[in-house]
Amino acid sequence: MSNWEILWDERAQFWSGFLSTLEIFGLSIVGAFVIGCGLLYLLEGSRKRLTIPLRIFIDAMRMLPFLILAYLLYYGLPSVGIRLDAWWSGVGALAVYHGAYFAEIFRGNRLTFPPGQIEAAKAHGFTKGKMFFRLLLPQIIMQTRPLLGNQLIYALKDTAFLVIITVSELTAAANSLSSTYFIPTEAFIVVIGFYWAISVTMEIIIKQCGRFSAKRGFDNV
Amino acid sequence: MSEANTSEMAAVSIRHLSKSFDDVEVLRDVELEVKTGEVVTIIGSSGSGKSTLLRCINWLEKPDRGSIHIAGQRIGIHEDGRPMPVRELAKVRAKTGMVFQGFNLWPHLNVLHNVTEAPIHVQGASKREAEERAMALLEKVGMVDKRDSYPNTLSGGQKQRVAIARALAMQPEVMLFDEPTSALDPELVGEVLAVIKDLSAEGYTMVMVTHEMAFARAVSDQVVFLEKGLIIERADPETFFTTPKTDRVRKFLENHDTPSPA
Repeated sequence: MSNWEILWDERAQFWSGFLSTLEIFGLSIVGAFVIGCGLLYLLEGSRKRLTIPLRIFIDAMRMLPFLILAYLLYYGLPSVGIRLDAWWSGVGALAVYHGAYFAEIFRGNRLTFPPGQIEAAKAHGFTKGKMFFRLLLPQIIMQTRPLLGNQLIYALKDTAFLVIITVSELTAAANSLSSTYFIPTEAFIVVIGFYWAISVTMEIIIKQCGRFSAKRGFDNV
Repeated sequence: MSEANTSEMAAVSIRHLSKSFDDVEVLRDVELEVKTGEVVTIIGSSGSGKSTLLRCINWLEKPDRGSIHIAGQRIGIHEDGRPMPVRELAKVRAKTGMVFQGFNLWPHLNVLHNVTEAPIHVQGASKREAEERAMALLEKVGMVDKRDSYPNTLSGGQKQRVAIARALAMQPEVMLFDEPTSALDPELVGEVLAVIKDLSAEGYTMVMVTHEMAFARAVSDQVVFLEKGLIIERADPETFFTTPKTDRVRKFLENHDTPSPA
């Protein structure tokens, strides 16, 4: 039996690892997106005593290796009485870490947002909340689409780190098959194929979304 | 509002308005009253404070002293000196409609949705009601057939006409125009001025900052000349353009090719 045939027979393991990776990735990027938007909202027009700690938090996250954060949540939190299982530690770490990146991407774009549009919103009686969600955020998302797409790929790749804190996802499946049958090359090549498949699908979706913003003059797709 | 007689109440009433940027006094004790249905044009050279004056009316600039009432309601500060909470300020602001030099349309929304956005999400109008109102206004400014277009596909003149419809959709007590044609190519100025002229004929109350002297003369009920933050002359347009009282205004008009009567 060739090494590839062994892997084909064990396809159920890859499949469940793949689904698990998709689930972790999906949940954590939704979480990251919400955190990114939330941070942007809190930064919008707030006082320094709020914005300074938020900026420090964002930068601290961005300057931290992801794995350390995952370790901290999984091994460190129990010492302060919070016990998350490996799966939730992983999802939480991914969401917070990439949420900080999302926030920074949004914030950078917010700095170049035309002030005239904000004035027009105020002149038409908008208050911060409605203005943020109806006028600012949709445009910022459209404008940062390529950067967000890039960040999503980073987030996907970071899910592989979770094998280290014992989450059984795609890389864990490959790891286990490679050590059970001593076929690391084939096992890891298969897993690369899965990561590429997710990334390419995501790229296509994000590119398609670009048509929506191109129609409004936000970019040239 | 119930006590005051609406017909006598001013649409805009500005009292003792002063404003400085750092050490520069841009407005000095300005007094201005705009009656309902009246068109007031503010002119003056650049840096005279005319845009600042206009922007104080809806509190986009916060004056240092003085008071502004829109249809009898104080904006920005309560009578007892307390600053107005943002929600309340937004409500008073919505009594004014503003048209900007740079249009400032919301580019992610099409023409129709630019006009319905504030009525639905600020005033709480139903979608149907807002769209009916919007279509009538787009008709008025000649932009109905562009209702599904996005702002990036429009010319400057078209953008400004949509911006006018957008401001009118709030059914404001007063329309504020901040150099509405200054950013336009010369051949597009006429279409925007024509719309504003129609509005004045329909009895809209308007305060306008403009460099279009012939236009100011044709549509204004009152012309105000601002110089270094002071109103140095105010008159009906005929008097203002034919027999100005001050040398300053005479000189200004000479440099601006005083228009012949429209």
